[in-house]
Amino acid sequence: MKEFVVISGKGGTGKTSITAAFASLASNAVLADCDVDAADLHLVLEPKIKQESDFSGGKQASIVVEKCIGCGRCSKMCRFDAIQLNGPGNQIVGKTYTVDPISCEGCKVCVEFCPVDAISFKPAINGKWFISDTRFGPMVHAKLGIAEENSGKLVTLIRKEAKRIAEEQKKDLVVIDGSPGIGCPVIASITGADVVLVVTEPTLSGKHDLERVAQLTSNFGIKTLICINKADVNPEMSRNIANDSEKMGLKVVGKIPYDEAFTKAQIMKATLIEYTGGEIAGIVRALWREVVYALE
Amino acid sequence: MKIAIASGKGGTGKTTIATNLAVSLLHAGQRVQYLDCDAEEPNGHIFLKPLIDSTEEITVGVPEVDMAKCTGCGKCGRLCQYSAIICLKDKPLVFEQLCHSCGGCMAVCPEGAVIEKQRKIGIAEFGTSNGVYFGHGRLDIGAIQTPAVIKYVKKRIKNDIINIIDAPPGTSCPVIEAIKGSDFVILVTEPTPFGLNDLALAVGMVRELKLPFAVAINRSDIGNDAVLQYCHQENIEVLVQIPNDRKIAENYSRGVMIVEAMPDYKEKFLKLYEDIEKRMKIN
Repeated sequence: MKEFVVISGKGGTGKTSITAAFASLASNAVLADCDVDAADLHLVLEPKIKQESDFSGGKQASIVVEKCIGCGRCSKMCRFDAIQLNGPGNQIVGKTYTVDPISCEGCKVCVEFCPVDAISFKPAINGKWFISDTRFGPMVHAKLGIAEENSGKLVTLIRKEAKRIAEEQKKDLVVIDGSPGIGCPVIASITGADVVLVVTEPTLSGKHDLERVAQLTSNFGIKTLICINKADVNPEMSRNIANDSEKMGLKVVGKIPYDEAFTKAQIMKATLIEYTGGEIAGIVRALWREVVYALE
Repeated sequence: MKIAIASGKGGTGKTTIATNLAVSLLHAGQRVQYLDCDAEEPNGHIFLKPLIDSTEEITVGVPEVDMAKCTGCGKCGRLCQYSAIICLKDKPLVFEQLCHSCGGCMAVCPEGAVIEKQRKIGIAEFGTSNGVYFGHGRLDIGAIQTPAVIKYVKKRIKNDIINIIDAPPGTSCPVIEAIKGSDFVILVTEPTPFGLNDLALAVGMVRELKLPFAVAINRSDIGNDAVLQYCHQENIEVLVQIPNDRKIAENYSRGVMIVEAMPDYKEKFLKLYEDIEKRMKIN
């Protein structure tokens, strides 16, 4: 069983539209949306949720009003500026300390050093994750809570579940939609994967971001393929990117022209392959064959 | 004045709006600073082409154990919530990459054996671009402390001028770090189902943070009108719409700003700023 991840460095290059098209083309795969803080794949694949679970990536401190003596030790020791003297009074002091849940990183330092054990430390619910059925096979996806953290841990959980389902149902591939950037959710998406496809665009921004993300995949030693989307918007830049990629030892396996069919398919909640049998679909099919070849 | 430019979905045009707004304001006689807080993939410099006059290393504190003093009591490992310091057979092992720099291990060690050393996670560069103050942060490849880089860049905010903060995409910790403390947030989206879905997530985020905000729609003539309908239903103002123009896209691809290629657009960005100012006065 293999794991294949689509990422991009720069956002908005077409990761999810291309992943959705691959869902149409992969015959025996589990799908996973690891872009947990702006997940979109479900809008096309319309998963029917079979199992819904809470995700807790860590714990959260909370000050018990009745016990706080207002000494301020917690606030002084908190390195995340998460504790302020703005809580209601109690029988001991006029004002108590409170923890701002958005700033709290769950480090437990305040809990450890509170002289009167006034701080509770309980699992925080950071989001939900789902196991679903789609018209293309099983899908694992998630919804990170608003302004929540621990997206890396949630990505790791989704990949683990997708792999488990793939093994259980004898699927030979997990297709993963990743997130933009190079930070913790991206690292969690690609660590240990078999093949990564980076979807870029022929702009200076796309080129700059591709260089950074390609360095990341190369540091992790993962086989990396490049696809240039909207390649005809700047053909010269597309050639530049192809040359640079070659110098980095990376293969450009597809050049997709700008085509309104991507947006139209999205509006119809269809993959590009379902939406059109035209030339553009042929180009994406050829790209998929390159991916399959790289996975073998 | 601090205006943050954010979006749930990536690639909707945050940097386009942020850089064009900054230059338009400069040309109208304002003092402006542009701070690129998309520390994983900063792109503002491609358009503003700043002259950098200072490059600074960004570091975070991570633990180092003085084994001569360590008694192997294990208190550091029991407190650490991130498995960044764990005790095996009475010996602490440090995994710097996992450290959140909370300082707990150093504070809890009864022997004073855990000391703090600095680990580099990125750089910040500051300079000017034809009169626009410029700053950006760049996370090192493989590092994960994006919020710490953003926090460092935001220390440059100047209270007496207009600060434009270019935020990363998404709705999680790096975005929160970039937009918190702003006077106004512009959420940039595009009129597609993905754009709408991620806009709704971003709206949830700014509402949770209780920040005043409005929407900008880029490539406004692609897709459908579901974003406009959503904004209408939710009583959210759409302050600017930028059409899908191949000329804009081609110039963008070469690192040329809209207001350079089509100076008429300056009025649109100045109007956006005036509208933001008006909303600020009402609040």
